[in-house]
Amino acid sequence: MLEARLQKRFAKTQDSSEFELNVHFEIEVGTTVLFGPSGSGKSLTLDLIAGFAKLDAGRVLLNDRLLADAGTGVFLAPQLRRCGYLFQRPALFPHLTLRENMMLAAMGLAKLERHRKVNALLDSFRLGDIASRKPNEVSGGQRQRCSIARALVTVPAMLLLDEPSNGLDTTLKHEFYEVLAQIQADFPLPVLLVTHDLEEAFLLADRMLVLVDGKIAQAGTPREILNQPASAPVANLLGLFNLLPAEIKQLDPGNNKSKLKWNETELEGPYYPARLLGDRVTVCVRRDEISVSPKMGKTEKGSLVLTLEGASETARTALLHFEAGLIVELPLEEFAENRHHREWALRMPTSTLRIL
Amino acid sequence: MNFSPLTLSLEVAITATLISLAIALLIAWALSFLEFRGKEFLDAAITLPLVLPPTVLGYYLLIVIGRESWIGKAWEAITGGSLVFTPKAAVIAAIVHSAPLLTKYLRAAIESVDPVYIKAGRSLGLPEWRLFLRVVLPLCQRAVAASTVLAFARSLGDFGVTIMIAGNIPGKTQTVSVAIYDAVESGNGQLARTLVLIVSAIGLLVVWLSNRMQTPKALRG
Repeated sequence: MLEARLQKRFAKTQDSSEFELNVHFEIEVGTTVLFGPSGSGKSLTLDLIAGFAKLDAGRVLLNDRLLADAGTGVFLAPQLRRCGYLFQRPALFPHLTLRENMMLAAMGLAKLERHRKVNALLDSFRLGDIASRKPNEVSGGQRQRCSIARALVTVPAMLLLDEPSNGLDTTLKHEFYEVLAQIQADFPLPVLLVTHDLEEAFLLADRMLVLVDGKIAQAGTPREILNQPASAPVANLLGLFNLLPAEIKQLDPGNNKSKLKWNETELEGPYYPARLLGDRVTVCVRRDEISVSPKMGKTEKGSLVLTLEGASETARTALLHFEAGLIVELPLEEFAENRHHREWALRMPTSTLRIL
Repeated sequence: MNFSPLTLSLEVAITATLISLAIALLIAWALSFLEFRGKEFLDAAITLPLVLPPTVLGYYLLIVIGRESWIGKAWEAITGGSLVFTPKAAVIAAIVHSAPLLTKYLRAAIESVDPVYIKAGRSLGLPEWRLFLRVVLPLCQRAVAASTVLAFARSLGDFGVTIMIAGNIPGKTQTVSVAIYDAVESGNGQLARTLVLIVSAIGLLVVWLSNRMQTPKALRG
């Protein structure tokens, strides 16, 4: 298990503004995803754990072994930390063959053990036939597999993955995910994976840490975070929510209901404990949880009628942009049939209106 | 025609280049990879010979390795002879002339290696020396080879420091640069012209070789 309390401060320079990383988290065996926007301190977190940067304050404990402690001045060199590190690109030494890359990494082992382990990993990662080739003579996927195998040959106590699928096409990404699943099955290690790809986070994470401006804004399973983002920045980061500034107009704990006023429109939500009448809140509602249909005749009670201002299409869904900045997600086929409609009726089920 | 200055110069330059390479690699590695107190001072001290007049350097060397210095006395006690005004002094002069520049070139070459390989090596547990020898040096070998060739040319061409500490003893310490000066002074124009042409040809060859070494095969015409 990894326990990290990391604090690092950077003063303002000509090229960058002041930044402070201040995080505390624990990581168990399994994949923990560190999710956050660019510049939030994700790679710095990995560097501080791996020993590529020094802490200003805090400490790093890996399996009860002290790797760094700013208070007592303990700082183990990266070589002694046993943290396998995968970079945004494979970083195989280009002048060495795949086997030589592995052998060099395994130098700490006895000769016979070294050969045995390298051969076993080359076979396990389907690299045996191309082991005598140099990195530039093999495919991107093979390079990625070799870089993982090379990290594992050192028998790491944990793996740090810094956006390792960055730059891989979809096929290679899924190949990489399979390899990661294989690693989790064969080598139960704590894995800390940095990504800003939400789908990747959902696919791989047992647990997710959301990093915003150098602080952990939320921790939990991806599903928990998606169901209830802790704050507007987290909801914004997930990119799936509408954030609506509203005022609480009525609270009814007996019927588990509340009334909110947003943009001259009344919304009905569940009862919000620890809130008062007149509180100004941000209502957070997922784009795909709003039911929407073209306005035909009279609308149902509780529906909003809004004008469609525009639409954009993704691979699977259409994003409908309504007045007041509301965005709704709709399956492409459904939108294709109704795209000529201007007035639409929207319903937000009570349970979908979270407040932040 | 007496070509002993040329052969002596080549011997001196080869020896000095090899010694300079070892010294420069060590210092460039320390300056690039290590964090230690006095690092900036070491860097400045290494740069100093590049900005000081050769006669000043020669004077310092006379003080450091002259017969009255403790190094000079120790050398004399061990070998029975003086260190100054010998071919060995010419080698020292050439080292002082070429090692600083070689250190600068090598530091730039080492620091041009993509840091991701260095981080990767460290995360794999490679000790610093092994990382340097097995990863960093092979990755910048072209630049190292090209810089070494230029350092050889610089060793070959030293005049000021050489004449100060090795003197001008024909057949013993007279290098080609000193011999050209001597030939001009004594009115031996033919010898001066011949040596100048030979040294120029060697210089041209060395620069061509250095450029070729720095250019990857695929980019060569």
